Amino acid sequence: MLTKRIIACMDVRNGQVVKGVQFQQLRHAGDPAELAKRYNVEGIDEVVVLDITATLESRQALARTINAVAHEIFLPLTVGGGIRSEDDAAAAIDAGADKVSLNTAALRQPELITTLARRYGSQAVIVAIDAKRRDDGFAVYVRSGTTDAARDAVAWAKEAESRGAGEILLTSMDRDGTKAGFDCEMTAAVSDAVDIPVIASGGAGSVDHFADVFTRGHADAALAASIFHYAESSVTELKRHLRTHGIPVRL
Amino acid sequence: MIALVDYGAGNLTSVRKALTALGADFIVPSTPEECSQARGLIVPGVGNFGATARLDSRWRDAIGRAVTSGTPLFGICVGMQWLFEGSDEAPDAVGFGAIAGRIARLDGDPDQRLKVPHVGWNSLDFRGSARLLTGLTSGAQVYFTHSFAAPVTPECVASTTHANTFSSVVERDNIFGVQFHPEKSGDAGLAILRNFLAVCA
Repeated sequence: MLTKRIIACMDVRNGQVVKGVQFQQLRHAGDPAELAKRYNVEGIDEVVVLDITATLESRQALARTINAVAHEIFLPLTVGGGIRSEDDAAAAIDAGADKVSLNTAALRQPELITTLARRYGSQAVIVAIDAKRRDDGFAVYVRSGTTDAARDAVAWAKEAESRGAGEILLTSMDRDGTKAGFDCEMTAAVSDAVDIPVIASGGAGSVDHFADVFTRGHADAALAASIFHYAESSVTELKRHLRTHGIPVRL
Repeated sequence: MIALVDYGAGNLTSVRKALTALGADFIVPSTPEECSQARGLIVPGVGNFGATARLDSRWRDAIGRAVTSGTPLFGICVGMQWLFEGSDEAPDAVGFGAIAGRIARLDGDPDQRLKVPHVGWNSLDFRGSARLLTGLTSGAQVYFTHSFAAPVTPECVASTTHANTFSSVVERDNIFGVQFHPEKSGDAGLAILRNFLAVCA
């Protein structure tokens, strides 16, 4: 039986892992390759490296980071943050990424999704959607959550799928960093609208939140950062907990 | 020396890294003739079956000669699918044909939320002993990402179920194949790659 995936996200700035609370107040959390190694031992299913600065200098540091992480773990590795062009994606993949995650660039030039899907296959292209609740649905934000994209998350996820995206990484901006739980309603709305897997993100604070997003939220995978970085909950404990709740996991 | 065949189907970096980590001596041949010196051949692949059309008659002949002389051949993902006769994904592309059967799209099951593509970790249900699976036990989990899959044929030594039951590992004489990505499947995947290298040694 296909298991539910637990994905660790590392927000990286100049080669170091940091984690923001609602995209602010960064706090140092360690060396990416070291962290990845620990996650691998604990049974993480996948790792995402997100370059949160995406400046030219950090871009070079990022290639080194990807390389170092890819030497430590033999698990699917996704790279995102500031991937604006086919060349940016190629650099990440050449450095050892299996998938790239597009956010602002996918909305600005949706044909990039198709270009990358043709070159590397759909399985290598994740479209990341940052969304906030609104009375009439779920509003997509871009540029690290600062700009309203005037798009609905469900409609955009469907378009991304039709353009060749292989997975959707859906972040609730309302919940990100709050540890108040995933936005299960939003996740279910997007997951039910597409055939490709949906990775839920934003709000993980306890093991029960993961159980919720896999059941009520219809998520195929769940992503978290700080809950793992600071060893508040080990991946192994989380997976044992999920299994006792009847959720299939790799243990 | 192992020949890792690059026919431009996506990205070889992960397979290279895994082989390097295992201490394998390998090359990426630039001409089909180099396959004749290899002690083992790996045909990787991600993406669309249609990309295998780039394995033109020169490559097919070279790989065919090596296999006939007993060299082990290992297909990964689309590379495994290529071992069969063809695929509904790209009807014009002809497979290597070492295994009878045709690749077909997975059905999925919306009622049970079984989506296609099949992405993530799923289990290998063993169907007999296999050199590729030495040291592993039935139920071992590996990482898949695909929408098309091979039928269960006599060569199937492990199957996986995602609405449909399909061949996830095939093995017959010196022909080997896996539908999943051993280079992305943690320790279980590295063990399978190591088993293939041992067959070639």
